Amino acid sequence: MTADASADMTDPLADVAWEPGVAKPDPILVADNITRQFGGLKAVDVDHLEIQRGVITALIGPNGAGKTTFFNLMSNFDSPDTGTQTFNGKDLTNTPAHKVANLGMVRTFQLTKALSKMTVMDNMKLGAVGQKGESFWRALLPFTWRSQEKGIETRAAALLERFKMAHMTDEFAGTLSGGQRKLLEMARALMVEPELVMLDEPMAGVNPALTQSLLEHVTQLKDEGMTVLFVEHDMDMVQEISDWVVVMAEGRIIAEGPPATIGENQAVVDAYLGAHHDAPLEWEDETDGDDVTSAAPADGSSEESS
Amino acid sequence: MPGRTSLLRRLFASFALFFIVAGEPIGLLAAQDDSTTVSGRFRSRGTADDGGDELFEGVSVVVTDASGAEVATAVSNADGEWVAVLPGAGDYVVTLDESTLPEGVAVREGTDPATPITANVGRDNPVIIPLGERVASDSGSIKMVQLFVDGLKLGLIIGMTAIGLSLIFGTTGLVNFAHGEMVTFGAMVAFLFNVTGIFGFKLTLILAAIVSTLLCGVAGGLFNQLIWKRLRDRGSSLISMLVVSIGLSILFRYVLLYFFGGRGRPYRNYQIQKVIDFGPFSLPPKDVVIVVVSLTILVTVGLLLQKTRIGKAMRAVSDNRDLAESSGIDVEGVVRYVWIAGGALAGLGGVLFGLTEDIGWEMGFRLLLLMFAGVTLGGLGTAYGALFGSLIVGVLIQMSTLVVPSDMKNVGALLALVVILLVRPQGLLGKSERVG
Amino acid sequence: MDWGSILENTLRGFVGEQAIYFALAAIGLNIHFGYTGLLNFGQAVFMAAGAYGLALTVVYAEQSFWLGIFVGLFVFPVIMALILGVPTLRLRADYLAIVTIAAAEIVRLFLRSPKWDSVTGSSDGLGQYADTFYEFSPFEPRTRYGFGPLNFLGNQLWVVIIGWIVVAIVLVIVATLVRSPWGRVLKAIREDEDAARSLGKNAYFYKMQALILGGVIGAAGGLMRAIGTQSAQPDNFITDVTFLAWVALILGGAARVFGPVIGAMILWGVLSFTDTFLRQAVDQDIIPTSIMEGTQVGQVRFMLIGFSLALLAAFRPQGIFGNRDEMALDDR
Repeated sequence: MTADASADMTDPLADVAWEPGVAKPDPILVADNITRQFGGLKAVDVDHLEIQRGVITALIGPNGAGKTTFFNLMSNFDSPDTGTQTFNGKDLTNTPAHKVANLGMVRTFQLTKALSKMTVMDNMKLGAVGQKGESFWRALLPFTWRSQEKGIETRAAALLERFKMAHMTDEFAGTLSGGQRKLLEMARALMVEPELVMLDEPMAGVNPALTQSLLEHVTQLKDEGMTVLFVEHDMDMVQEISDWVVVMAEGRIIAEGPPATIGENQAVVDAYLGAHHDAPLEWEDETDGDDVTSAAPADGSSEESS
Repeated sequence: MPGRTSLLRRLFASFALFFIVAGEPIGLLAAQDDSTTVSGRFRSRGTADDGGDELFEGVSVVVTDASGAEVATAVSNADGEWVAVLPGAGDYVVTLDESTLPEGVAVREGTDPATPITANVGRDNPVIIPLGERVASDSGSIKMVQLFVDGLKLGLIIGMTAIGLSLIFGTTGLVNFAHGEMVTFGAMVAFLFNVTGIFGFKLTLILAAIVSTLLCGVAGGLFNQLIWKRLRDRGSSLISMLVVSIGLSILFRYVLLYFFGGRGRPYRNYQIQKVIDFGPFSLPPKDVVIVVVSLTILVTVGLLLQKTRIGKAMRAVSDNRDLAESSGIDVEGVVRYVWIAGGALAGLGGVLFGLTEDIGWEMGFRLLLLMFAGVTLGGLGTAYGALFGSLIVGVLIQMSTLVVPSDMKNVGALLALVVILLVRPQGLLGKSERVG
Repeated sequence: MDWGSILENTLRGFVGEQAIYFALAAIGLNIHFGYTGLLNFGQAVFMAAGAYGLALTVVYAEQSFWLGIFVGLFVFPVIMALILGVPTLRLRADYLAIVTIAAAEIVRLFLRSPKWDSVTGSSDGLGQYADTFYEFSPFEPRTRYGFGPLNFLGNQLWVVIIGWIVVAIVLVIVATLVRSPWGRVLKAIREDEDAARSLGKNAYFYKMQALILGGVIGAAGGLMRAIGTQSAQPDNFITDVTFLAWVALILGGAARVFGPVIGAMILWGVLSFTDTFLRQAVDQDIIPTSIMEGTQVGQVRFMLIGFSLALLAAFRPQGIFGNRDEMALDDR
């Protein structure tokens, strides 16, 4: 079933089978056998997942599907009970969260974490990695970091310009609206110069006027060569910008595929509307989960793999 | 025999450090001929009810000469004084018969009951035999049992006061540094009714304790209504509320000091007690009462939390405030009950704590640190965890006196707190938290 | 009422030794709490580390005064910060509060214990270890030097001058640090630790650095006090000392470079005023002894501290002069 690595630059995922845990031609992030329990509840139970480099992957699923927990596990903000993930081939199992960011994988949060008592510019400058002035001793000697700081400031100003926030440079982040905070958080993440950007519900709580602009920014990340993985539960948003969709329900990956077809997947429809809707907490029910998984590939509407 | 039992009160005070009882010399007689005298006095300084010395009557000593032959005996009189007439100058050994000392008193640890003296002719020869607290038993394992029981008693008191602290934290997120002052307040209100008296009426301690418990419940409810609810409504952050509680803790502590004075004082009743021997350990009846009362109260509280609607609501809010709120629980109502119950329990705990040692202005603040240790040990925000952790802290404190000097016994408990945080930050009974 | 002496004592409170000791302690707390959001309620233990670092080195180890300064400023407080920080800095903020307040009590009990009397001097503490400091004084020890309504003995003046110089140096260092990228990371951790981590900052490491820095500055306060009084006693470092430093910090405004200094000056100005005022009122029977006795003046002073701490935290968490938007205890 595994598709051969295709040289098709326009859509590297064209030959990939639409089934959960399928191998991708050039994965940047690979998760293996990741499980995480809270009390008796298995919040995440992912056998295998690969995220393709250079495309926009959407992680969708109903509320409580374990998407955010999975995000936390991938970015090492939480540690799994079992399993490993590799980023660019590097095992991240015992890597602290801040090192993950330094390796080029940066994440945002569902509830924005704009640093409200710092200015927008300070928020941005914080994002830059490898700052000399962040060492205690050098901080005491401003001449050792002044020139680097200037460069960072220029880069931050350019990004703020691009995100149309230049006029708020010196305002406290606490005064921004919800949508502006989302923008700021995304811009700040870019200061890290990441390879993989993980956005946790970038569209949540954003007013419709800003949504379009946010979506454009996300697509622009791909155009600049970054990989994007984002969590969303609104299918319409996903259709618009993603190249590949991964569906989670009850902690498991139940389906994968291109956005146009995912809505027709029976397992996905079930997950959103169906049988488990009224009992979202019964994650321990193993057989139930297995049924869903095994049902997923069979329901792939058309087989395109050669 | 008020003096004797008042001493016992002190001997079994779980927090009392070494107090000093001394047998000291007096010059009763001047010898007329070759014969000479040796004398002494057995008393405990400043421990009698009126603040004077306690005098030990009927304590016998035996004097032997260098060859070990008995040359004289003496028994102390009502003033604690004894005199033995010796045949002449020379080296003698004065041996105290420890079995004739009052209960709970012994020759001070590290000194021999047999004291060598060199007697001179022509003047009285004073002998000092230092007395001290009787160590529960010579046998190591029995001593351990005694300390364990004492520790349980202390742990129950800590637990009773800590449940309120823990539930307040669980339901409102407030780390209430002023909780210790509620304990002191409870002890002092009972003192007011028991010893000082209101319009000349003095209640027995049991009635005073009930009044105090009720008043502390009311006070807890009032604090919530007048201070904490308003701060929550204003949207004050948890940290500024924590600092407010520290400010209030200092304010109340010094207000209590202002009115009560700096000197520790005991309750009027239940000082007069004889220890009951339970075999491997012994307790004065009031300590038995403390254990029984606190166990009963704690079991009741546990049942209330487990069975009643308001108890279940308390646990639900403590577990997850938002979830509880969205499922229709009146969170503010629950918080009100938590404050009332927490205040009442702290007050009662204060009375019991006051029974084991003197009532003083700093007693609650000292207990607060132990409450923190217990609550953190058991898991912040849980009622059962607070109790469990407190018991461990109490036992740890008392048992640690086996290896550390008794003035350092609290250190062991606080160090254990640090170690527990290191290996199990959520506490012994706490659940690991969901991150992100 | 002798208003002249009331004024003199109030002024002395503003600029005198106590204001210096507590300014330093509060600057340390400002690093902890104001910039990093660490809840340290055991600042007294860092002050004790400074004082005993000097005293033990000189009196017990019989080493030089200068080595004592080094031990008191860097060795003891750094070790203390590591002991306190390693277990707690990964945990929620309130755990640090509980552990620090407990640690301060542990250390004080330890220092009081007669068991180590030959080393620590137990409750009497240690004394007369700072003669070297006074040898450098250009002032006559027993001469009074007047400044308007104020006057200081030569040795006191020397302590006050050196003390304020130390405060000035520390302020320059703090100002430099908090305006650097390092300081920016601290503030980010204060605002949201996870955000800082997601941007590649090792929050634990920075919190440890902040705990050490604030501890060393607090130790400088304890050290100055130990030098100024020529005695280090365990009961100089009771929990109330920590709370006084907190009042100074919140009074002047947290996360402001000068805040703690202004706060400490106001605090001691007000304390000295009420103290002198009440004592005179009691002595002259303006307040009858049935209401207050001389010994209770000190208690009223602490009531005042507690009351103002509670009021400030509730109504002006940004401090008396602070700007609410920029820094408040709120919203966290």
